[in-house]
Amino acid sequence: MADISIDNIPYTVAEGKNLLEVCLSLGIKLPYFCWHPAMGSVGACRQCAVTVFKDVNDTRGRLMMACMEPVRDGLYISVNNASARAFRAQNIEWLMTNHPHDCAICDEGGACHLQDMTVLTGHAYRKYNYPKRTHLNQNLGPLIHHEMNRCIQCYRCVRYYKEYAGGRDLDVFAAHDLVYFGRAHEGNLENEFSGNLTEVCPTGVFTDKTLRQHYTRKWDMTMAPSICPHCSLGCNVIAGERYGSLRQITNRHNPFVNGYFLCDRGRYGYDFSNQPQRIPEPLIDNVVATPEILFNKLSEIVINNKLIGIGSPRASLEANFALRQLVGVENFYQSLSEPETELTKKILAINQSGTIHTPSMADIERTDAVLILGEDPTNSAPRLALSLRQALRNQPLEEAESIRVPSWNDAALREKIQDQSGPLYIAYPRSTKLDDLATHTNHLAPNAIADWAFALAQLLEQPDSPPASLSNQNHADLMAIAQTLKRSKRPLIVSGMSLFNEQILQAAYRIALALNKQDQKTDLALILPESNSTGLALLQAPSIEKAFSRASNESIDGVLVLEQDLYRQFPLEKVDGFLSRIEHLIVIDQIHHGTTSKATIVLPSTTFAESSGTLVNSEGRGQRYYAVFVPGSEAIRPAWSWLNDLRQIKGGLQVEELDQHPDLLSELIELLPEFAGLDRVGPKPGYLIHEQKIPREPHRFSGRTAMSAHLTISEPKPPVDTHSPYGFTMEGYRGLPPAPLAPYYWAPSWNSGQAVNQYQQDFNGELKENFYGFRLFPGPVQTPVSWSAEQPENISNGDIELVPFVHIFGSEWLSSLSPGIASLAPKPYLALSVLEATRYGLEPDIEAKLQIGAKTFTLTVQIHPEMPEGIAGIPYQIMGLTGIEWPSFGKINPETS
Amino acid sequence: MEKPLTQHISFNRPAFHLKDYERVGGYEAFRKCLTLPPAEITALVQESDLKGRGGAGFNTGMKWSFVPMTGDYRHKYLIANADEMEPGTFKDRMLMEGNPHQLLEGMMIAAYAIQADISYVFLRWAYRKAARLLDRAIAEAYEAGYLGSNIRKSGYGLEMYLHTGVGRYICGEETALLNALEGKRATPRSKPPFPQISGLFGQPTIVNNVETLCNLPPLLNNGPDWYKSLSRGQDAGTKLYGVSGHVKKPGLWELPMGTPMEELLQDYAGGMQDGYQFRGALPGGASTDFLVHQHMSVALDYQSVAAAGSRLGTGTMIVLDDRTCPVGFVHNLEHFFAQESCGWCTPCREGLPWTEKILHSIEEGRGSPYDLELLSTHCQQLGPGHTFCALAPGAMEPLQSVLKYFREDFENHITYHRCPWRH
Repeated sequence: MADISIDNIPYTVAEGKNLLEVCLSLGIKLPYFCWHPAMGSVGACRQCAVTVFKDVNDTRGRLMMACMEPVRDGLYISVNNASARAFRAQNIEWLMTNHPHDCAICDEGGACHLQDMTVLTGHAYRKYNYPKRTHLNQNLGPLIHHEMNRCIQCYRCVRYYKEYAGGRDLDVFAAHDLVYFGRAHEGNLENEFSGNLTEVCPTGVFTDKTLRQHYTRKWDMTMAPSICPHCSLGCNVIAGERYGSLRQITNRHNPFVNGYFLCDRGRYGYDFSNQPQRIPEPLIDNVVATPEILFNKLSEIVINNKLIGIGSPRASLEANFALRQLVGVENFYQSLSEPETELTKKILAINQSGTIHTPSMADIERTDAVLILGEDPTNSAPRLALSLRQALRNQPLEEAESIRVPSWNDAALREKIQDQSGPLYIAYPRSTKLDDLATHTNHLAPNAIADWAFALAQLLEQPDSPPASLSNQNHADLMAIAQTLKRSKRPLIVSGMSLFNEQILQAAYRIALALNKQDQKTDLALILPESNSTGLALLQAPSIEKAFSRASNESIDGVLVLEQDLYRQFPLEKVDGFLSRIEHLIVIDQIHHGTTSKATIVLPSTTFAESSGTLVNSEGRGQRYYAVFVPGSEAIRPAWSWLNDLRQIKGGLQVEELDQHPDLLSELIELLPEFAGLDRVGPKPGYLIHEQKIPREPHRFSGRTAMSAHLTISEPKPPVDTHSPYGFTMEGYRGLPPAPLAPYYWAPSWNSGQAVNQYQQDFNGELKENFYGFRLFPGPVQTPVSWSAEQPENISNGDIELVPFVHIFGSEWLSSLSPGIASLAPKPYLALSVLEATRYGLEPDIEAKLQIGAKTFTLTVQIHPEMPEGIAGIPYQIMGLTGIEWPSFGKINPETS
Repeated sequence: MEKPLTQHISFNRPAFHLKDYERVGGYEAFRKCLTLPPAEITALVQESDLKGRGGAGFNTGMKWSFVPMTGDYRHKYLIANADEMEPGTFKDRMLMEGNPHQLLEGMMIAAYAIQADISYVFLRWAYRKAARLLDRAIAEAYEAGYLGSNIRKSGYGLEMYLHTGVGRYICGEETALLNALEGKRATPRSKPPFPQISGLFGQPTIVNNVETLCNLPPLLNNGPDWYKSLSRGQDAGTKLYGVSGHVKKPGLWELPMGTPMEELLQDYAGGMQDGYQFRGALPGGASTDFLVHQHMSVALDYQSVAAAGSRLGTGTMIVLDDRTCPVGFVHNLEHFFAQESCGWCTPCREGLPWTEKILHSIEEGRGSPYDLELLSTHCQQLGPGHTFCALAPGAMEPLQSVLKYFREDFENHITYHRCPWRH
């Protein structure tokens, strides 16, 4: 620790950090632009100037940039002396010489770091009398709006985009006061994490283009802490609403999960909830039903009938649990195929076993060697790929310790390590975005990946008896990989179920176990497909295929399908066959799809932003999301609420007797020991701060009395929230709530998202209170994972093996309904190696037919020279390519008879 | 008077080939070095008090001594900073066009002293002739076995490359030069770490000015005592002094360090042209403070010029006369500096164009008294430590001194709404 003095006040702070970071965490309002907690210091903007004195007797001192000054014992500084203040105000005045006076029409206005810093320094009257420089803007695609005239050249955007996120198509051009940040040519930003530019940019150069479609000032939004529903990582987000529609997603800092950044699917996928396909009212046989008719019909179906329930990996734990309780555990299935169910079971077993550590994304950023088996994380778990990029800097950074530069001195460290990257090995059927960092890539068919990984496992387990089947080259490669992994301090194995191959999973587990010996802590990160895949797996239901076969053997009165389109998952004839045997189909979902069109009853459910609930991410971290707003239609209700009603109806209760706010989580924890402790995902219902709720609306929320004046002149009573710490209005506790509970970041003088620094004691570290979710791994009962000796059967019949390529844009259903994301999704394609293309006489960009089972798809041919022969790749579950069961085989250009 | 830097330069004949240079004792010093321990050379150079001729005037041997001599490094680099772009400065050009082998030999000595295995000449693009000569000289040195691996069976190896820049003033700043050489944007780096520790491609690196390096062969041949004895002033050696402006004989001369300003102007530059009066001079390129009449006797060495409130800089003087408008003069300079700002830090990127615009409006007769206040603020707020590198503080040196010595001219522009020098 270091004893320092700031403006004659003594502080004891951690040594070695930079002075800016320390000042901010002490609550001292020192303005800054180019420093970023995750990206460190470069000293470019010169905004955080302070006066550093030699000692108490030094009265002149020297102006220093706080971000470049390491904190050391005896440091004697002033933030508020006249010379430092004058310089900081002058610096803003310089920035303002070219910054337009367009705050009133700027998207950033009211949540702008530049505005805040300008006010902080006191600069108000311009003395600059000359024309401002102007730039042309670029169309950067459907997600980000570009307005270069506002640029203050802090260089954060390029530092983030190029250095942190590995992007290649955003750069800085020209020099002096004409410096330009953009692309060489207009066009979509190619990096999957480009949306963070809107938060990294301290002013309105890069803004959220989707927000522009329904623009709302930050102060006019109703906001709540939420969890991204678009993949299995559970990134923490802030969701904002106005006039009943979801307007914007911004990052919510969780030091264990997503830190300061989101992927573009997570940030821009929200717009599905505003689409016309939303189900507004309950339907009986496709006709809107009144509450009374609905109650009667539901009673008729649930009372005294044999029902089965199909749980969903994208529905909350509460909803799945309520369904399980409604139909009974023996009638509860999950909407996964048999192979998917087996794979998730295995992943769960590994994570629960306690034999290997399941890393958080923060853990991943601490690993120093990475092996990826059968996953393309940039597409299947995007935010994790961003963490991997940071992890790969660890080995070179360790070597760079010799120059004794603090870890926050970003430019110096990047200079020292240059383009060196730690060891990364990838085995995947085609090239991935992470290949540019890879030490060694192996483009293999799924089974070959498993064989290759088994050979590596054997080398690690028994170095003296190498596998016999390997060629010399493969053997040498594997030896080198084994050596490097063994030498690393903290290796990470990444795998998952994207290729539907259990062997790969088994091999990944064996490699991790073999490495996890002695003092080497090894992490195994297993990627799952959906936001609550882990939560559903923990409920341990059989696959839907068991329900299919049951329906053909016995009579079932009704099926309840929870938030899932069976036609997306399974071939038409299979689902049709199943549903034809069912008298009553009840579907609960947010959006219309194939299955809702066949339903007897459709019950409209809320999106993640319209209700609270709990999700368990791939790391086993249970996390709670809170309703941002109550949907305009009272008929749209949380799925768990519908299901709980049905439970009560089944139990004989009448409408007026129904409990609207059941504590399903407590019931779940009581019943199933796997969930013990999950009530710690957040504060207990009834949590208050100083006897007050945390308001979802900022103190400057406007138009409240006028918002619905066109409907009724009296202001409607705001909804009451009895089971969360949040109130739906602007009334309530006006201080800063604990960081994990913050519904938005806003602090006195800090109106932009950068206010997050006021919630933190310690950047990138533990924050003031801990409600950052609760980890369920390892499980309470830790059983070793066993594998059956059974080999996968070859069912090719001369067909070509199909490989599903997951896409960040398009493979996940909800986000693919958002127009911005949809426009970036690939068109259906058939990816082939050169050899396979030649074999089938196909050329790039021509159309080919692919017959899978009874269905034939028309796809555009892509040639991927790196792909192995014997397989053909198609994008996974994108629009127009659904209803395919995996693993899958197909016929290319079958001869029509 | 000994002229170790220019003794083999004559523009009446082509520059020496390697053989010619060897005939007059060239590469003797380097051959000698190869037999000495590197640390001994560094110590000797340090003792000689050779100061960096690029403008900063830091002890060259001491600069080298920070290069780690143990440890495992992929490479160490020695770089000749030949990106001579300081306005009014043309001394390195003469050395390279006059005798490129002396630079090469100096580089070899410096490289050997720090045990660098790769060296670059970072040359200003416009110096086409120097580029041709250096290319030829490097090829000759390889052929003669002064470059390459195991030089003269010493076990020491050195590669040398010529790199021509694209014409940015900031590339003369050593860390911006390194970035440019790496193919990155030419923006300076923060120090620490210094290039000696983490320089080119993150490896230990020394960047020395051309004139500094050209001093090394004679210094090594004759020793520190001889070197110090060459000087008339407080710093050692000889110096290339240049004079431009309306003097009778503008030019460049190698003179003992510490030659007084008056002597340089009168005896060598021949005094002012007829009809022109001396008003002041920037002693070492555009980024130094004016010296005026009262400074005529100042010895032109680092310490004496600093004591007079300016800097020796590159030692190439620009003379301001009474028929040139000081406002226009300094506006021209600030235009250059604003244009050459790399755009990395706020004060330089935004502050310099502002001063340029103010000066332009004063020169055009549109200035106000308040503009002088603004200019003073800029001189103060663009000072050392406020900006990321020395470009903007350097740019403020002529401005702050012109305001100090010729304030009346500024006031006349403002009062009469025109430039008194223009009709």
